[in-house]
Amino acid sequence: MLKAKIKELMNEPGCATNQAKSDKDRKKGCGKTLVPGAAAGGCAFDGAKIALQPITDVVHLVHGPIACEGNSWDTRNSWSSGSNLYRRGFTTDMGNLDIVNGGEKKLYKAIKQAIARYKPAAVFVYQTCVASLIGDDVDAVCRAATERLGTPVVPVNAPGFAGSKNLGNRLGGEALFEHVIGTVEPDDVGPCDINILGEYNVAGELDQFRPLLARLGIRLRASITGDARYREVAACHTAKANMVLCSQALITLARKMKEKWDIPYYEGSFYGISDTSEALRNIARMLVEKGADPSLIGRTEDLIAEEEAKAWARLEEYKPRLAGKKVLLYTGGVKSWSVIQALQEVGMEVVGSSVRKATEADKKKALERLGGDEDKLADAITPRDMYAMFKDGKADMMLSGGRSQFVALKARTPWIDINQERHHGFAAYDGMVAMVREIDLSINNPIWAQVRAPAPWEVE
Amino acid sequence: MALIVDHNKALSTSPLKISAPLGASLAFMGMKGCLPMFHGSQGCTAFALVMMVRHFREAIPLQTTAMNEISTILGGMDQVEQGLLNIARRAKPEIIGLISTALTETRGEDMEGDVRQIRARNKELHDIAVVDVSAPDFAGSLETGWGKAIAAMIRQLVPAPGNQAKLNRVNLLPGCHLTPGDVEALKDIIADFGLEAVVLPDLSDSLDGHVPDAYTPTTLGGTSVAQVREMGRSRLTIAIGEHMRISAKTLQEKTGVPYVLLDRVTGLEAVDRLMVSLSSVAGVPVPARQRRARSQLVDAMLDGHFYFGGRSVAIAGEPSLVWTMGKLVSDMGATIAAAVTTQAQPGLAELKTERVIVGDFEDLEDQILEAGGCDLIIANSNARQVSAGHGIPLFRAGFPVFDRLGAAHLVSAGYRGTRDLITQLGNILMERPGHAHSEHDHEHKAAAAG
Repeated sequence: MLKAKIKELMNEPGCATNQAKSDKDRKKGCGKTLVPGAAAGGCAFDGAKIALQPITDVVHLVHGPIACEGNSWDTRNSWSSGSNLYRRGFTTDMGNLDIVNGGEKKLYKAIKQAIARYKPAAVFVYQTCVASLIGDDVDAVCRAATERLGTPVVPVNAPGFAGSKNLGNRLGGEALFEHVIGTVEPDDVGPCDINILGEYNVAGELDQFRPLLARLGIRLRASITGDARYREVAACHTAKANMVLCSQALITLARKMKEKWDIPYYEGSFYGISDTSEALRNIARMLVEKGADPSLIGRTEDLIAEEEAKAWARLEEYKPRLAGKKVLLYTGGVKSWSVIQALQEVGMEVVGSSVRKATEADKKKALERLGGDEDKLADAITPRDMYAMFKDGKADMMLSGGRSQFVALKARTPWIDINQERHHGFAAYDGMVAMVREIDLSINNPIWAQVRAPAPWEVE
Repeated sequence: MALIVDHNKALSTSPLKISAPLGASLAFMGMKGCLPMFHGSQGCTAFALVMMVRHFREAIPLQTTAMNEISTILGGMDQVEQGLLNIARRAKPEIIGLISTALTETRGEDMEGDVRQIRARNKELHDIAVVDVSAPDFAGSLETGWGKAIAAMIRQLVPAPGNQAKLNRVNLLPGCHLTPGDVEALKDIIADFGLEAVVLPDLSDSLDGHVPDAYTPTTLGGTSVAQVREMGRSRLTIAIGEHMRISAKTLQEKTGVPYVLLDRVTGLEAVDRLMVSLSSVAGVPVPARQRRARSQLVDAMLDGHFYFGGRSVAIAGEPSLVWTMGKLVSDMGATIAAAVTTQAQPGLAELKTERVIVGDFEDLEDQILEAGGCDLIIANSNARQVSAGHGIPLFRAGFPVFDRLGAAHLVSAGYRGTRDLITQLGNILMERPGHAHSEHDHEHKAAAAG
């Protein structure tokens, strides 16, 4: 069953990368074979957890040995405006005997205890490699628990060895589609309700665009899954439109929601000024097409004009301090062209950008922004080459995820975090200004001259 | 005397336990030119790597055999072979630690046999030491894996003794509760006696947070394989922490080098024992510098004891950390309100508290509530929710500490380390209201008198 599901996810018609492939390539699926001894990144379980953990009022229970949860709980920087239950780690901590005897009974007991003590809106049970290998039937245990205990218990079947983190994101989306979405009928359906898919409220980013939506009278029915409550997600099939961020992660969910509940979707991004405007425009367009008051479109344009002007004006003050600085943009997937645009607007030179997970269309757009210089678009840069770029002065700073942080810092080069562990929200207009501010603070910090200067006895 | 209680709960909530493979990989971080690899799915490596990166604020070299469903069923020897060859080609390490995980152990891989065959047919691996460690996640925790990795290195790298003369060296086997700063302090102490230390493993040379001159894909420093091979020529082995006993014993059996096992190196009496051992093996009296440091520690105890007396402390961590911290605070006059650990280590029964619970942070919270609150929590960063929830200050110690700077440089070993630890803990307790000797009270009384 899991195999069939993975095959289906790997052949996603809604995925632009997939559409661009030949029939033969498409058949191979999109899971790159991982090279032992030269692989990096999380597993499918990690991906499922990232996609679902931000649901705040449920127990996230990991059925496996200690490593899966013990080594990772409360490390993702998703914020909550309500319950903090999601920040507790729950695991069956399978030991020797559980592996010999099977872990199903222990799992059932764990679910029962979690419900009794924490009274969650639901329990999400995550399958792991070892439990899967010994044949524990998580689906069956969840079914039984739901029936007997009166609280929804949702199986998330994404054991680590099934594949990559990205596949896990999608499997997490599948769990929502199969077991959660559509199970609650709300009594307050409105004409301007939307969902946002693939937004995890990292460092509170929701609050950088939720107020913009509110000003237009657009209500966020559910964010999937940043700062979400279980019942919001369960009722999100009543929204009039879906906005899909970080598209490769939850595009399948968006397509299935369109097929089942006729909810149109738009793939976009809230990173970068122009992208934010595009996103707002498309949300308004979809809502009007679904019967919202057509004046929404005009009001959206007014808001965009106002906010863009404000944002560009606020970026103006950074120009003298950032002009001419060379920046390397090394991200996994966040659509980078719109960020490139904003960095260029303040006078920075983007000397390289990775397009590892970007779609063909995004690559094209990014290439345009980089003046058609293909050398500046890299799939992956090895740490050694990256270190050399800094040492040789080819880049003055890097924007990336935590993994490559120390390549920059050890080369005494400014770095800021733009991945999921980051501590600043970078979404929408305010977020872009915040990002440029962080860049300014970092690159113009007085330490750089000091730490790069040789010690007195090293000077000839 | 404490009762050690293990409820063996079905549901572990807010886990305290860290996996054994992570502990094993951490041990390899103290080896020079090393790149360890987990034999498991890539998530096993990713989680461990991220956790160590966050704690040390350093790049962590750690690879994976990237097992998938099919290779798990068919057996992972090919994955191991490819992984070893890839690492050899890309990183040119001196040593590779190959660490099993729950996944490969559940399937029942014969890693040792596989490695033997793989080495025999691949010339590229001949000059690289490959040490295999069986450390499944489902048995033990961080300490377990750390101890297993070190014992495996001793078994697989140290040769039987030849006729070579003894060197002026001691072997140091630090427990995983000791920071790079602690190891550095111990090396300094040993040097004060005119001895050289071979440290297995030496995190103070690799994860001490320094800036190297060039990019390196392996560990940034540590003990070399050559030094480990010479451990049989040392005069004495000093092992610190009960979980180092097997390693010390294995080394003795293999080389005849006698060992002393010190339960801790924090606290006046404990450091005294270290000094006596070093003095007798070096054949010199305890150096003046250490005598002075001892005197400073005695003074810190005199100045500090006011703030510990009558206060209660909750401690959570690996057995060796709970033991070290528990002994220190009770030696200073505080009581232990709660003690939670990861495994039932019998020695913990000697702690001055009613119960030592084998459990998680939910147990810590329950124990604190049952005790009617406490003045201080000593635990890793994952206790931050308990700390914030009940308004009790948290002194971060153990692993992981990801929300404070300088986790690698917290020193509690030796006279100086103990002095500084007493100062830090005392200062937190001094700030905590409700104590007769707080500064505020003094001022208040002075004002009233004036």
